[in-house]
Amino acid sequence: MKEVINLPVKNIEEEEYHINMGPQHPSTHGVLRLVVSLQGEIVKSLKPHCGYIHRGIEKMCEKDTYPQIIHLTDRMDYLSAHINNHAVCLLVENALEVEVPERVKYIRTIIDELNRIASHQLWWCSFGMDMGGLTCYFYGLRDREKILDIFEESFGSRLLHSYYTPGGLMMDIHPNFQANVKAFIKYFRKKIKDYDDLLTGNVIMQLRTKGVGILSREDAISYGVTGPSGRASGFACDVRKHHPYGVYDKVDFKEIMGTKGDTFERYMMRMNEMHESMKIIEQLIDNIPAGDYSAKMKAVIKLPAGEYYQRVEASRGELGVYCISDGNKTPYRMKFRSPNFSNLSALDHISRGVKIADLVAIGGSLDYVIPDIDR
Amino acid sequence: MNSIFEYFADIFHTVKSLLTGMKVTGRYFFSPGEIVTQQYPENRKTLKMYDRFKGEVIMPHNDHNEHRCTGCGICETACPNGTIEIIQARIDMPDGKKKRIIDKHIYHLGMCTFCGLCIKACPSDALAWGQEFEHAVFDRSKLTKTLNQPGSSIIKDIVE
Ligand code: SF4
Ligand code: SF4
Repeated sequence: MKEVINLPVKNIEEEEYHINMGPQHPSTHGVLRLVVSLQGEIVKSLKPHCGYIHRGIEKMCEKDTYPQIIHLTDRMDYLSAHINNHAVCLLVENALEVEVPERVKYIRTIIDELNRIASHQLWWCSFGMDMGGLTCYFYGLRDREKILDIFEESFGSRLLHSYYTPGGLMMDIHPNFQANVKAFIKYFRKKIKDYDDLLTGNVIMQLRTKGVGILSREDAISYGVTGPSGRASGFACDVRKHHPYGVYDKVDFKEIMGTKGDTFERYMMRMNEMHESMKIIEQLIDNIPAGDYSAKMKAVIKLPAGEYYQRVEASRGELGVYCISDGNKTPYRMKFRSPNFSNLSALDHISRGVKIADLVAIGGSLDYVIPDIDR
Repeated sequence: MNSIFEYFADIFHTVKSLLTGMKVTGRYFFSPGEIVTQQYPENRKTLKMYDRFKGEVIMPHNDHNEHRCTGCGICETACPNGTIEIIQARIDMPDGKKKRIIDKHIYHLGMCTFCGLCIKACPSDALAWGQEFEHAVFDRSKLTKTLNQPGSSIIKDIVE
């Protein structure tokens, strides 16, 4: 007679199971692998696995001279390449106590803000796409193209510019730069209304984001969530405001703050920041002082031995550069405190108990860029 | 009573918000003037890149097949990733001294990160950005280029 084996009958609804989201998932925006533990549709916990695009940038910095490091920082958060470059340039300039010309500061501030707008536009595209609105993607990219054209005309490249050098800029801005930027601001003021009509006011989007993925102020601080995501929770962390660099202390702009800390608030932060960035650019674009586009620097830059730290506000949060120099022309150690890595660490905390579909929206609202996480 | 009112208000708002979004897409649908797509391979003949466009590093030569490179090797040191290799040669000058000249200026396009440090570092302005951007080839070895043309020489008045 055949023996009957009684397998234990599991209750599917109560059982926890794990699925891999990524590394090749369209909504992780890159090669990020999230091991999601699910019960039915509810996310129980989540483990991000990083390192798929680790290139050892920090280690590579140790063999590069300071001007050479600039081009590596482009490749961390490639959507705010100029701002990353700015961080290293400021570090070197402050360590050597070089006074950069006023013109350079103005140009750098304008370009940083343009870069921030371009980055937020791309975030808006992909956030809309995560929520199922593919139309957003086309409209957002269309407007971002205008900024990329300005970049291409002025610096020759569209994404990875390496335009700043310690002490100044690679070359002066293009003669058309100011006119182009002004034309863009005029154009984008009109088009940003489309963004609100298409996505911000959309009921489906609002229902899916309001009250979902709440990050409290205390948690934002303890996880180190900075940038628009941190400010949505009421954590005043805008480096531009609290530790001004460039000419941010001379311009009038609001630090956009939220209170609720949910996905929708994080969305609104970035939408409002685009308006603020345009305000900053408008105040500066006509007042760029004449002068040199670079300070006189030695051919071989050597930082005095010691430790240096510099932070800037990248489009996703606070980017910190920590450098130990032993007096040589290459740093002894270079460490980047990348905003995306800290922001990602909060993902597990805020997505516990939400539906798996909302996880995509939360991830979109944190706006992580994977090469910046892995470096 | 109140809840019924809210129910219909919700429906109204939903429909309104969806129509607002559709108005935007509808507007673009009926105004083809706003089409922004570039017909790339078809417009090759008329396509002109910006002057500063970083397509590749080139060494401009004049009509007499002369360039400005002295073979000093500064660009090789400035490059962060070993894209440039300088092979020098020595020639005998009429006064009996030996002079260093460039034999081969080798440029590995596949490794270049377009940072522009070599062009900035060159003391005799021998390098420049080229506008060519269609670099796709079937064999990787074709990406290794020699920038100084065969038989070329240095412009007379260049001094190091
Ligand atoms: S552009 Fe940069 S990477 Fe390319 S050859 Fe010049 S220095 Fe090297
Ligand atoms: S290209 Fe310029 S830097 Fe490079 S070897 Fe020639 S002269 Fe020197």
